[in-house]
Amino acid sequence: MTATAVAEDDALWSAVADPTRRRVLDALLERGEASSTALADGLPVTRQAVAKHLAVLDRVGLVAGRRQGREVRYAIRPERLDDAAEAMTRVAAQWDRRLARIKRLAESVQAKDAIDD
Amino acid sequence: MAADSVERQILIEASPEVVWRVITEPEQISCWFSDEADVEGRAGADGALTWKPGGRGSEKVSDVVVAIHVVEAEPFRRFCFRWNHPEGARADAANSALVEFSLAEEADGTRLTVVESGIGAVTHDEQGMVRYAEEHEQGWDRHLGEMLDYVAATPRSANR
Repeated sequence: MTATAVAEDDALWSAVADPTRRRVLDALLERGEASSTALADGLPVTRQAVAKHLAVLDRVGLVAGRRQGREVRYAIRPERLDDAAEAMTRVAAQWDRRLARIKRLAESVQAKDAIDD
Repeated sequence: MAADSVERQILIEASPEVVWRVITEPEQISCWFSDEADVEGRAGADGALTWKPGGRGSEKVSDVVVAIHVVEAEPFRRFCFRWNHPEGARADAANSALVEFSLAEEADGTRLTVVESGIGAVTHDEQGMVRYAEEHEQGWDRHLGEMLDYVAATPRSANR
């Protein structure tokens, strides 16, 4: 992978790592297409904050804006989102499985200790 | 949290002492993480995690050995390690991912939180993805984390 590609990757990671941006992405997935004003209605942040997050997402190619009259309507660009989300999702799912196994092991050890006492 | 990190947690009905043993003792690690674990649960320890064909990395055709370096071990509270750095290399932020376990005692047992960061450092290239041990574990998409919706909503990953 080239240095540019790595840098692009880093930017992508940072973009999806922010919890508010993930909520913006969630909201966009739900609505399909929406303006920053419409998105801010459903989120506990201001329209300005949403616009800022959309700009970051736009820069890394996760969303694309389309001007309609006086407002810009944003939509997800799935092909780009997939790369970042897939890696994050895989890691999260792996830890969920490992934690579930740790829970099972620890609880069985605890139960056994109780009997031994 | 670092940019490329995930945080997960679970409530375990066991004491922090018991949970500590499960996450730090090699014979226990080989029951929830790798198929074989050669590492001591003390700060500074270097070791190896091995996944075997037919084990948790079931699609692998040969052993996958991943380096692990314990960064912090505070009994019953915190256990942190770096992993996936090239064998023989000193583990740092540029060449490895950091895993941080925190244990907190609660009325019902122990809340175990895990944060893994630096994922981008070890998954940049094809080789890294292969080394990133459980990549091919069967059924990884059955119990997805918070970002499942993103993947489900994109056509390319619909049938994975």
